[in-house]
Amino acid sequence: MSIEITMPQMGADMTEGILVRWVKSEGDQVSRGEIIAEIETDKATVELEAFEEGVLLRLVASEGETVPVGNVIAVLGSPGEAVVSPPERKEQAAAPGRGTAQGPVAAAAGAPVAAPARAPVADAGSGRLRISPVARRIASEAGIDASSLRGSGPDGRVLRRDVEAAIAGTLQVSNEPPAREGATARPGGVEPLSKMRQAIARRMSQSKQTQPHYYLTLDIDMTAALAFREQFNQAAGEAERVTINDLVVKACTLALQRHPKFNAEYSEEGLVFHGSVNIAIGIALDEGLIAPALLDCGAKTLGTIAREAKDLVARAREGRLRTDEYGSGTFTITNLGAYGVETLIGIINPPQAAILGVGSVMPQAVVRDGAIVARQVMKVALSADHRVTDGAEGARFIREIQGLLENPASLAL
Amino acid sequence: MAEMRMRDALREALREELRRDPTVFLMGEDIGAYGGSYSVTKGLLEEFGPERVRDTPIAESGIIGAGIGAALGGLRPMVELMTINFSLLALDQIVNTAAKLHYMTNGQMHVPMVIRMASGGGSQLAATHSHSLEGLYAHFPGLKVVCPSNPADAKGLLKRAFRDDNTVVFIEHTANYGFKGEVPDDPDFLVEFGQANVLREGSDVTIVGYSGSVHQAMRAAAMLEEQDEISAEVVDLRTLRPLDMDTVVRSVKKTNRAVIVEDAWKFGGFGGELSAQIMERAFDWLDAPVARVCSKDVPMPYNRDLEFAALPSEEDIVEAVLAMF
Repeated sequence: MSIEITMPQMGADMTEGILVRWVKSEGDQVSRGEIIAEIETDKATVELEAFEEGVLLRLVASEGETVPVGNVIAVLGSPGEAVVSPPERKEQAAAPGRGTAQGPVAAAAGAPVAAPARAPVADAGSGRLRISPVARRIASEAGIDASSLRGSGPDGRVLRRDVEAAIAGTLQVSNEPPAREGATARPGGVEPLSKMRQAIARRMSQSKQTQPHYYLTLDIDMTAALAFREQFNQAAGEAERVTINDLVVKACTLALQRHPKFNAEYSEEGLVFHGSVNIAIGIALDEGLIAPALLDCGAKTLGTIAREAKDLVARAREGRLRTDEYGSGTFTITNLGAYGVETLIGIINPPQAAILGVGSVMPQAVVRDGAIVARQVMKVALSADHRVTDGAEGARFIREIQGLLENPASLAL
Repeated sequence: MAEMRMRDALREALREELRRDPTVFLMGEDIGAYGGSYSVTKGLLEEFGPERVRDTPIAESGIIGAGIGAALGGLRPMVELMTINFSLLALDQIVNTAAKLHYMTNGQMHVPMVIRMASGGGSQLAATHSHSLEGLYAHFPGLKVVCPSNPADAKGLLKRAFRDDNTVVFIEHTANYGFKGEVPDDPDFLVEFGQANVLREGSDVTIVGYSGSVHQAMRAAAMLEEQDEISAEVVDLRTLRPLDMDTVVRSVKKTNRAVIVEDAWKFGGFGGELSAQIMERAFDWLDAPVARVCSKDVPMPYNRDLEFAALPSEEDIVEAVLAMF
């Protein structure tokens, strides 16, 4: 009869431990109370004793490995006993946030990970998150980290509506009218926040409060890109007619593939790299704003991007987005060129690492080879999470975008 | 269908049952010559005679004991105890005999008796005569407890009670006797036990009540809709035993909130049972702790203003609901 030795919980807040060193080896006889391993927690390195006597049949965890509390690290049994079946590793307990720190994550980027086994617990105040059972369940089913939500209920309790607003805020369009009608913008009156307004308020505040932004702006000479676009559109069918924004999406996709840290996100455990480039596009609506994603842009041609972007915008306006298009973006482009805006410095759409703000293409006098000439210039601004990247990396990334747009032939590939 | 007050609907049920089944008879304090303290049995003595409509002395334990004996002997008695306050004098007969014989004889005996009594405060009858003890009777396995809120249910449930082969405690709220409603004429109209009634559909909160509190719940729901744009669903339990938790749970799963309203005291009351069952069966659907709106934890005051302050009100319900949002 074999006994599984698991990663012990030493302290209420311990969720995982590092197996620093095995003191005993496979096949060693151990007696009760004997030290078999050293384990490092957040606070200290402690010695792990055997609770039963027996033979260490198998060391499951290797030295240096981080093991969630409760997962098997070794199997103890009688001499000669075989390990019937290697104990299966429990899935890594999903930490708040997404993915793990172990390098690139192959899963669809940003897709909700398995619901956390335990609802997240806020560490403020009493240490326990105030959340109603139904809110906890819905958040868990939707893969939302409830500890990041602000509760609107009594005593700040997170209620069902808060979770639903968060689901909407990843950013679902709800076509429903503001919570209470008849209170529209009268002087001195208070207009209740729509779900979308609440979601925007919360997410933008979260971004500015947790993601230290840095900003880089530069001019892109779009003269060649405009000519390329015209040529492309003459050949393309109606559905695949390319907009300036489509060119920016394609350029960003290529740049993100070459600079994957801008297609990643920050977590306490490390940078989480996304396996695909999902470009979220900011779309203004009467009720607010939504940023659904064009999924897996790396696998799409310019014509496909153009066609799908048109479809995405149309469906966003009709409130017919698919669930996998909400909240799955890995990078966002926000473009107010159509509004005649010169420079747009965006707020990062959390938990992404960066956002590109795009202004209008305007004819400007620029110096080329010592002469002043008129060129079609577009100002772009990169807002990036300084926890993920630094300014020089940002500069290389935004220059990559600039280069791609100024030499647009590669966009056709 | 005819519109009638609840006391008339109850009388219709008694009349139809007396006509239908010759083993049915009524006995109780002042039910014959006086026509009943709440005029429910008015005219029945004249129609059915003193053999079947019997006035009794003021001796609650004796009346229930006689009812149990008659039931064991093959009759189907309806015993009226005037009010639930006096039923405490008969508690041993009800709890230790009527509720137990079927079980203790392994089904060889049964006690097909209907015990009717009036319940509730609000009439300045002071601390000893204003009880709401529905939950007390619901505590005992072996008893069925019926608490109608409207004339149609009163008739259908009372007729159903006469068809039961064991004891049914049929509790009428004094405030409901004059309540009017449409009642089916069909002499075979029955309301089955254990089927709660959704009186009003809503999406934001479930208000659960029985007997008199149902009407407060309905008024509170109307106020919530009008003043606060909150859509309340109102569930009338109709019977506490058997208890239709399925309907309550279904409603709570829809609205995510529950408020229980009853005239009884909160401490150790039936509302606590409901609350616990909601928690056991719908925990993951709750958006707020289950709330209870009950009487204040004091013996019922005699003073009119104090009495109304002690009893639950529709304003209390509205307040409890708003505290959940």
